[in-house]
Amino acid sequence: MELLSGADMIARFLKDEGVEYIYGYPGGAALHIYDALFRQDAVKHILVRHEQAATHAADGYARASGKPGTVLVTSGPGATNTVTGIATAYMDSIPMVVLCGQVASHLIGEDAFQETDIVGVTRPIVKHSFIIKHPTEIPTVLKKAYYLAASGRPGPVVVDIPKDMTAPTERYEYVYPKKVKLRSYNPVTRGHTGQIKKAVELMLKARRPVFYTGGGVVTGDASEALTDLVQRLGYPITTTLMGIGAYPQRDRQSLGWLGMHGSYEANMAMHHADLIVAIGARFDDRVTNNTSKFCPTAKIVHVDIDPSSISKTVRADVPIVGPAGSVISEMISLVQGREPANPEALTEWWERIDGWRDERRGKLYEPAAPGEPLKPQQVIEAICEVTRGEAFVTTDVGQHQMFAAQYYKFDKPNRFITSGGLGTMGFGFPAAMGIKQNYPDDDVVCITGEGSFQMMMQELSTCKQYGVGVKIVNLNNQSLGMVRQWQDLNYKSRHAHSYMESLPDFGKLIEAYGFTAIRVEREEDLLPALERAFADKDELVFLDVYVDPREHVYPMQVPLGSMRDMLLSKTERT
Amino acid sequence: MRHIISILMENEPGALSRVVGLFSQRNFNIESLNVAPTDDATLSRLTVTTVGDDRVIEQITKHLNKLIDVVKLVDLTEGNHVERELMLVKVKALGAQRDEVKRTVDIFRAQIVDVTPSVYTVQITGDAAKLDAFLQAMSPIGVLEVARTGVSGISRGDKVLSL
Repeated sequence: MELLSGADMIARFLKDEGVEYIYGYPGGAALHIYDALFRQDAVKHILVRHEQAATHAADGYARASGKPGTVLVTSGPGATNTVTGIATAYMDSIPMVVLCGQVASHLIGEDAFQETDIVGVTRPIVKHSFIIKHPTEIPTVLKKAYYLAASGRPGPVVVDIPKDMTAPTERYEYVYPKKVKLRSYNPVTRGHTGQIKKAVELMLKARRPVFYTGGGVVTGDASEALTDLVQRLGYPITTTLMGIGAYPQRDRQSLGWLGMHGSYEANMAMHHADLIVAIGARFDDRVTNNTSKFCPTAKIVHVDIDPSSISKTVRADVPIVGPAGSVISEMISLVQGREPANPEALTEWWERIDGWRDERRGKLYEPAAPGEPLKPQQVIEAICEVTRGEAFVTTDVGQHQMFAAQYYKFDKPNRFITSGGLGTMGFGFPAAMGIKQNYPDDDVVCITGEGSFQMMMQELSTCKQYGVGVKIVNLNNQSLGMVRQWQDLNYKSRHAHSYMESLPDFGKLIEAYGFTAIRVEREEDLLPALERAFADKDELVFLDVYVDPREHVYPMQVPLGSMRDMLLSKTERT
Repeated sequence: MRHIISILMENEPGALSRVVGLFSQRNFNIESLNVAPTDDATLSRLTVTTVGDDRVIEQITKHLNKLIDVVKLVDLTEGNHVERELMLVKVKALGAQRDEVKRTVDIFRAQIVDVTPSVYTVQITGDAAKLDAFLQAMSPIGVLEVARTGVSGISRGDKVLSL
């Protein structure tokens, strides 16, 4: 039997749970825990420069590795600074455990120094939360936290730890709980076979089918199974932004991603489909556009591990509650040895899809004329080329995010890492940091804009401390591009506060942290600069690429329209 | 349509706030809410009446079920059920009104549980409609204060909501 203080129990538990990294920031209420971390070396703590960055770094780690991320902060402002990161992880169903120091139990409710009811503050944005009431609870509560975060539909879990729970003077028996059970929580492990059979019958009879898959396939580790199923049937597939890479984008059956800025052919195919097989996607408003006009001729099969996602915005004809992986495997075994019933209709369907593809071929954007500023799209294409489409790409939020999703081609899941649901500016750089530490031999690039980057640029200091060699490509259009685009389209180009009048000299800024920055303005400098940046995997390099501020992201769905109602350029509309 | 949803939840601090928070967070209605411990000390029973079409009610029950503290729930309005609410009302009772109040109390099978020279405190149980009717009957005389518990309910027959 081993007697440990609450703080030592936490450190020991994290080791026993296999946690490799904690992203955090110390402060009064967390100091006992920090002292316990100091006295061990199994778990590595990464000191960030802002608690929000800790959550994004843990989030990036979780997205790339599939394992829960861990965050440790102090009470009050330390805890409230994690709110945006927790909400980001919640919206994208990312497993994360956030350990918050709290003022001592006898002070709770007295407006003590650095006291915040963080469980109350985060209640709507967590999968669950706990407050430690007695040090002996620590191992079980932490086990529950990790179990809840990673199982079922994953999500963030907050554990609030009053300072007296970690007091070094009080020691209790510690046993690592191998398993925990919660009587009210039993995530489904497989779908209903009858429903799956029904879905497969519809799939085989379909004349104009489309697979529409989302983040659930990525987090459910079901990409291989999905690829197998889709290729057996030979049907077209489009993914959500969160589902990018679950099916190889360079394959002929891939229509790219769908929705507000999705590909023309994906949106057209969805609108004209007679069967939509949605797996691990949630029909959110950036995908469906106006739900009353959504896919008027399609029957809908909807597979999701979360029953509340099904028929939330669009009614499913065949709802299937279950994890993507097991449902897809069952579908494969039912499809095995059978052929689609309408091969001629499917041939015609592919002809129509290829027709849509041809319509837009070579017209996606206007390349820069000589002497004109670079187009952001061509910068992304160049990054894809230099990294052979194999990098981990994180983004912030705005035009650069959409361009990155459109012009970088991903053949693997967990490689495109973006804040899809919450749309958090500032996410990309700390997320890249979290990934690079765990994949030191891979290229990790944060594609960002000068607006987003400035929200979390203090993490340059963290990268310096730990030698994190991420690449940062700043698509510098000297404006908040997506805001500006909406102002161009909806507010007669009145650019209210979308112009950054006093941008820093990024070169000097980056150099101040001891890193290399390269400024790129001309097309001929782009590839050499990228090659230089990616030459050394261990070196952080910042590329400040000046791009055309007038560029818009297209296609763009027309508000209140159907999937097929899109602006295709500044002058074309479907 | 009005629904009565009965929920067994962990008797843990914060559980109630998760349920109530869910309703405001997702823009669902709460008409009444009633919560108390059960015969099992680890469980509380919460009964909420809400209004919504089938799609909304389906979302409400799905989201409630998702809460980790919710162990089990039932939509009582899906089947035969007994629904009761208790109300305490202070009504003006002066002169001739005293008899009038007493008569109405008898008609509604309510009870007078406290008396002063000018006020009767009446206790009445029944479904929400009966309580409303009683308040309406009393309104010409003068209703001074109302305390309602909110609806509690249980299904008829052999079916039970338990673990």
